[in-house]
Amino acid sequence: MTAYLITSVSIVGAAPTDLLIRDGVVAEVGPGLSAPDAVVVDGTGLVALPGLVDLHTHLREPGREDAETVESGSRAAALGGYTAVCAMANTSPVADTAGVVEQVWRLGREAGLVDVQPVGAVTVGLAGERLAELGAMADSAARVRIFSDDGHCVADPLLMRRALEYVKAFDGIIAQHAEEPRLTEGAQMHEGEVSTRLGLIGWPAVAEEAIIARDVLLAEHVGSRLHVCHVSTAGSVEVLRQAKARGVRVTAEVTPHHLLLTDERAETYDPVFKVNPPLRTADDIAALRSALADGVIDVIATDHAPHAVEDKECEWAYARPGMLGLETALSIALDVLGPEWDLIAERMSRTPARIAGLTGHGVDPAPGVPANLTVIDPAARRTIEPAELASRSRNTPYARMTLPGRIVATFLRGEPTVLDGKAVK
Amino acid sequence: MIRHLLSGADLDADTATEILDTAAEMATVAGREIKKLPALRGRTVVNLFYEDSTRTRISFEAAAKRLSADVINFSAKGSSVAKGESLKDTALTLQAMGADAVVVRHPASGAPHRLANWVDGSVVNAGDGTHEHPTQALLDAYTMRARLGRLAGLSVAVVGDVLHSRVARSNVLLLSTLGAKVTLVGPPTLIPVDIAGALAPGTDVSYDLDAVLPDVDVVMMLRVQRERMKDSYFPSAREYSRRYGLDGPRMRRLPEHAIVMHPGPMNRGMEITPEVADSPRSTIVEQVTNGVSVRMAVLYLLLGGNNR
Repeated sequence: MTAYLITSVSIVGAAPTDLLIRDGVVAEVGPGLSAPDAVVVDGTGLVALPGLVDLHTHLREPGREDAETVESGSRAAALGGYTAVCAMANTSPVADTAGVVEQVWRLGREAGLVDVQPVGAVTVGLAGERLAELGAMADSAARVRIFSDDGHCVADPLLMRRALEYVKAFDGIIAQHAEEPRLTEGAQMHEGEVSTRLGLIGWPAVAEEAIIARDVLLAEHVGSRLHVCHVSTAGSVEVLRQAKARGVRVTAEVTPHHLLLTDERAETYDPVFKVNPPLRTADDIAALRSALADGVIDVIATDHAPHAVEDKECEWAYARPGMLGLETALSIALDVLGPEWDLIAERMSRTPARIAGLTGHGVDPAPGVPANLTVIDPAARRTIEPAELASRSRNTPYARMTLPGRIVATFLRGEPTVLDGKAVK
Repeated sequence: MIRHLLSGADLDADTATEILDTAAEMATVAGREIKKLPALRGRTVVNLFYEDSTRTRISFEAAAKRLSADVINFSAKGSSVAKGESLKDTALTLQAMGADAVVVRHPASGAPHRLANWVDGSVVNAGDGTHEHPTQALLDAYTMRARLGRLAGLSVAVVGDVLHSRVARSNVLLLSTLGAKVTLVGPPTLIPVDIAGALAPGTDVSYDLDAVLPDVDVVMMLRVQRERMKDSYFPSAREYSRRYGLDGPRMRRLPEHAIVMHPGPMNRGMEITPEVADSPRSTIVEQVTNGVSVRMAVLYLLLGGNNR
């Protein structure tokens, strides 16, 4: 196994030092290291972070391999600085059995670019009617701990209660897509001034907030862990703030796009900006940013949602919701938070790894820890060109935007997946 | 002149007035024995209709034919659209056939905006989803100006299902641009959120039709679909009519000179009674006539007829 010596690199924003990777682990950290057999990576001006961990990725395989595969999505993840991603269950067939989650897990191992941790469906076929075999998925080779019907809300309160209770047996967690379905029938974008102007059916903030309020009460009642996917409104932040203050075991994520883009993007009717939950207002963005800084929101998760061209090059109402995120998330975080490396490491690596139970990830580079890390050039600026992305799909909302930061290298258990800003395989 | 007509917001006061003035000239053609001008000879206008709308389609068809354009009617039924062809592929097909203008009616809001990205010709929005219907607003403005002599300073009540109405959105935008004052009237469930901020700052909202009627110059009744009851927008057709329908006694609350408009098709007995629809105040038939003149003006100006 090749050894790598990264010289003069700042580990999570600290003073520059050398970092030696050997045999899958961080072997040594300190100034003036020498390792004649090692490949040297000049880390001057660069920052090393624990490899990023995404709690919310759609890899589309099995079922929509034209939009993304486990391999292409893994490559996109590595290029974005990730060493682990949690693959959502809304594939075809749905990841609601041990067989499907093991298939996704095995495809991830074969691609070998990031650790692909399958998420299991809460209900059979995401239909919201009866529980999937959660225990079988937990006991499978994929060792599923996060369960989510993402794309659909577990709307039935009794079913949600049972799911929250049931997964306690194996320290599982329910990740809820908070959307009251009756309040969002036919919804196309955030309900507000812009939806009124555009004549598109509104998705009211209260449809998210009502479910989060219900679910934190349920989680409190049964003493279970709840994770809230893609929080998008200022009102949701307040519900979460109060629940956390009471000691409810709830965690929450926000996507990069909800931290940066507003509903005004819909004005072109270009469905590349259609996403669920929808882009909200500048006030929501301000509340989400401040919640991310103060910890009411625990995690940045991408909700990377690749879609084939024909599912986006059409009328807004007929387009599928979702946007790419893996290859741009760190740049958005840097843009939104600034070079707050400890905060970025906390929100994009340590906390998501802890929520997902991924040992070996989310640990700052130090002697003896698994060499899952990424190296960033914070001074670089790049212009996003959809055709240059590693994802099979092109539905990035950041096309032709210039964003700060570039991933120079990513290591998974000591093996480079990205070097010189390019995927190794 | 603008290239496409997608929204009432595309028109500034000068452009809108130019269209109305041109429409008045076009109206004189309708009075002639030979109702035809050579202005668009050799130009191709495609009517691309994804929704049934006989009255709008034949209005555009008559307008294009009176200008001597070649007209192709492309209806979603029985065409490749029914076989699942995408809007983009249809656009490229029309483009390849050399369409100079595409008049599009579509159930999805914003479809004409998408289409405009894919064709070189002019796109005219003939009604998209619950978004806009700008030529309807132009013909309404034309009718008001013809009846009342002006638009600036008029007080216009638009009554009914504003939430789902493309006619209401385009009218608010255009009438505000031309200096009229619009009050939207309907049950709170059918008035969209933040309407003034979304469309025009001076727009008022009222839930009380009787309070509004004595002070308006124009009352425009919108079609209200009975199916809205199923979604609990209002409890019953009877209650709707009682609170927001325009009947004889309500009509008599209007000032002497005020006119009653309806974009059609009407639900007689629901939002408007026959007594009102057939009264001298009603401009409903004139609106149809004016629609052809206004659409002639739009096609003429968009296709550069004035530069030839």
